[in-house]
Amino acid sequence: MGMVDKLKERLQKSRDGFVKPIKQLFGSRTMDDEFFEELEESLILGDVGAETATRVVEDIKDQVKREKISEPQKVQEMLVDQLTWILEEGNGSCSLPQGSPSVVLIMGVNGSGKTTTAAKLAYRWKHEGSKALLVAGDTFRDAAIEQLSLWADRVGVDLIKQQQGSDPSAVFFDALNAAQSRGVDVVVGDTAGRLHTRTNLMDELQKLYRVTGKVVEGAPHQVLLVVDATTGQNGLAQAEKFHHFVPVSGLVLTKVDGTARGGIALAIKEKLNLPICYLGVGEGVEDLQPFDARSFVEALLG
Amino acid sequence: MFTSLTEKLQDTFKKLRGKGKLTEKDIDAAIRELRVNLLEADVNFKVVKKLMSNVKERAVGHEVMKSLTPAQQIVKILREELTAMLEQEDAGLNTSSEPPTVILLAGLQGSGKTTTAAKLANHLRSNGHRPMLIGADLTRPGAVDQLSSLASKEDISFFSEGKTPEEVAQKGLKQAKKSSNDLVIVDTSGRLHIDDELMEELSTLREKMGPSETLLVVDAMTGQDAVNIASDFNERIGISGVILTKLDGDARGGAALSVKAATGCPVKFAGVGEKIEDLEPFYPERMVKRILGMGDVLSLIEKAENTIDQEKAKEMEDKLRSQQFTLEDFKDQLHEIKKMGSIQDMLDMLPSGMGGVPSELKNLSVGDDQVVKTEAIINSMTPEERRDPSIINSSRRKRIARGSGTRVQDVNQLLKQFDMMKKMMKKMGGMDKKKAKKKGIKKLPFFQ
Ligand SMILES: Nc1nc2c(ncn2[C@@H]2O[C@H](COP(=O)(O)OP(=O)(O)OP(=O)(O)O)[C@@H](O)[C@H]2O)c(=O)[nH]1
Ligand SMILES: Nc1nc2c(ncn2[C@@H]2O[C@H](COP(=O)(O)OP(=O)(O)OP(=O)(O)O)[C@@H](O)[C@H]2O)c(=O)[nH]1
Ligand SMILES: [Mg+2]
Ligand SMILES: [Mg+2]
Repeated sequence: MGMVDKLKERLQKSRDGFVKPIKQLFGSRTMDDEFFEELEESLILGDVGAETATRVVEDIKDQVKREKISEPQKVQEMLVDQLTWILEEGNGSCSLPQGSPSVVLIMGVNGSGKTTTAAKLAYRWKHEGSKALLVAGDTFRDAAIEQLSLWADRVGVDLIKQQQGSDPSAVFFDALNAAQSRGVDVVVGDTAGRLHTRTNLMDELQKLYRVTGKVVEGAPHQVLLVVDATTGQNGLAQAEKFHHFVPVSGLVLTKVDGTARGGIALAIKEKLNLPICYLGVGEGVEDLQPFDARSFVEALLG
Repeated sequence: MFTSLTEKLQDTFKKLRGKGKLTEKDIDAAIRELRVNLLEADVNFKVVKKLMSNVKERAVGHEVMKSLTPAQQIVKILREELTAMLEQEDAGLNTSSEPPTVILLAGLQGSGKTTTAAKLANHLRSNGHRPMLIGADLTRPGAVDQLSSLASKEDISFFSEGKTPEEVAQKGLKQAKKSSNDLVIVDTSGRLHIDDELMEELSTLREKMGPSETLLVVDAMTGQDAVNIASDFNERIGISGVILTKLDGDARGGAALSVKAATGCPVKFAGVGEKIEDLEPFYPERMVKRILGMGDVLSLIEKAENTIDQEKAKEMEDKLRSQQFTLEDFKDQLHEIKKMGSIQDMLDMLPSGMGGVPSELKNLSVGDDQVVKTEAIINSMTPEERRDPSIINSSRRKRIARGSGTRVQDVNQLLKQFDMMKKMMKKMGGMDKKKAKKKGIKKLPFFQ
């Protein structure tokens, strides 16, 4: 099964929210104000946010008027195009830059799916033939180290860890040195979940970010912000704050296998121009997909 | 960041006021503002729709038309509607007449179940119970370790033996009886509400265990989907209450309304941090303010009351009221404030009706480094400069920077922030003291 189909199948599970209304919307009907209102509604129900939804719909509305379009089908295509365009623009930054080793930093708020994503990424890169290494950078949460350690065993990659309570920067320092001497190609660093409002924790993250650069030239080569697709408008504040402290390369949108439409990623892309790099579509190690804008939008719209 | 709803509405009405009396159309304009505001707070779209029609009905009728401050009136109506929605009879936990009482926790992946289980156990123990934690999440790597580590740190009984969640839970219950624990809290795996197999598993577990409480743990950052999640869990498993987690962030938390609308179940507790003691009762009034972007003043006050030295606070309050707050006091307060988390956190909790937080203050962090730096700068000032920073000209700034080993920009920034802070405090200090008293807000410096 192709990636699009798999994603579609996953998204098909959703019963309410984004998918159905939009599909129904594009049946045969006149494109009056009510039509556009409903279109806006369905985008809002997908967590795109009132602001972005209004803007997208206004754009479409203008275009419909300008080009005197009358078939709803055409409007659907326009919507897909427009959303795809928003999501695709400048999406090049998702490829992992070469480093020796390449260092990837995973961060995000509590419970968003960082540790699982780190394991999935290590698995992915391992299967592409790279030598991957995991770093247990969450030294705060109980059994976070055990969790990643179990994942490392499952995936079959090395893990560098210290005790709970140790300084995460020190763990990274050790890990990167070890990675260099072991000839590792890619290091995937997990970090503790933190709310973006906790300034001291954000400072800690920034410090960690700097430390990696001191050990390995150009590190971290990729910084992934893990955002739960179930998140509402707070996702914007999350992205803004994390990006303020540590420059984000892209997002991983997790739990896309639920019924939430993940529209917040669209808002984040629109506002901060941060691309979505991967989708988390389950709890298994293979449940990670590279992001493809068009199929995401298409799957989203049914 | 929170935008000031009342102010926004005031603008809307100002534009309209020139035209004389408010019409239904004018109210519609206000309703549109309210709608966007609630959607930004993640209140479910359908819930918003319903609320707006209620507000409009009441507003058009009479209340607003006759009012001199329509913006305030409309916000008041909305507040009443929201409060009515969130208000609940009794949010206490039900216990069984035949102990052990069973409390079952359920929810999506990563919502905070395991952490909340430990927090609840700790809370109930301080209420005289003898709780046991049962780790029935056998799927997520490290889930049992996580709960057992939390339990052992707090010296709470823990059990997790068996091959299936059901077996673990039932054995745990038996063990609890034997060791005379009067209450068990069962932590379960995170699951999607559309995962038939896992929902079925949970439903069976519930039937077998006969819990007095089945609590849905919901992340306060949840968006529009909160309605679907809550109603599915309620329909398929049957929940008796909700715990809202991660309220220590800046999420407006509209999910609270959505969940309430979808299930009618009370919110029993709020999670406000990662630590074991970070569990609070749920206060509907505060939640309403928060959702409306009016700031969580009351929570802030309580938090402050727990940390700030009361006498010092009183002293500072007096100084503030008489506008004598100096850089010296600022330095003293930094230590207190540090205990409360960042100034940012505090400011975020302030009511936005006060005109919002000046942007200069938004990035003021109170990390250790910052405190050290700030102290160094203030220490390098003369007593005169500390009393009256307005005399600090550019050559003085250079001297202070040199003396404190910082940059002139750092000195500038501190002075600017101090100035902003003073202005804000002046604004707040000038507010009606009696009113504040009546609301029970008295002991604290920064507020009302
Ligand atoms: N359904 C689904 N569940 C996921 C996905 N990604 C992660 N999870 C689950 O979400 C929960 C939290 O994942 P973690 O990887 O522990 O999240 P985290 O961000 O590391 O959490 P903290 O370190 O506690 O902040 C776990 O139960 C995971 O199995 C996904 O794409 N889909
Ligand atoms: N800031 C904050 N973090 C919280 C709160 N409650 C839980 N957390 C954090 O959220 C993350 C997930 O919490 P868990 O208790 O592991 O969540 P869970 O629902 O058991 O997760 P799964 O078992 O993987 O489904 C952890 O990092 C917790 O420390 C809270 O009220 N505030
Ligand atoms: Mg983790
Ligand atoms: Mg758990």
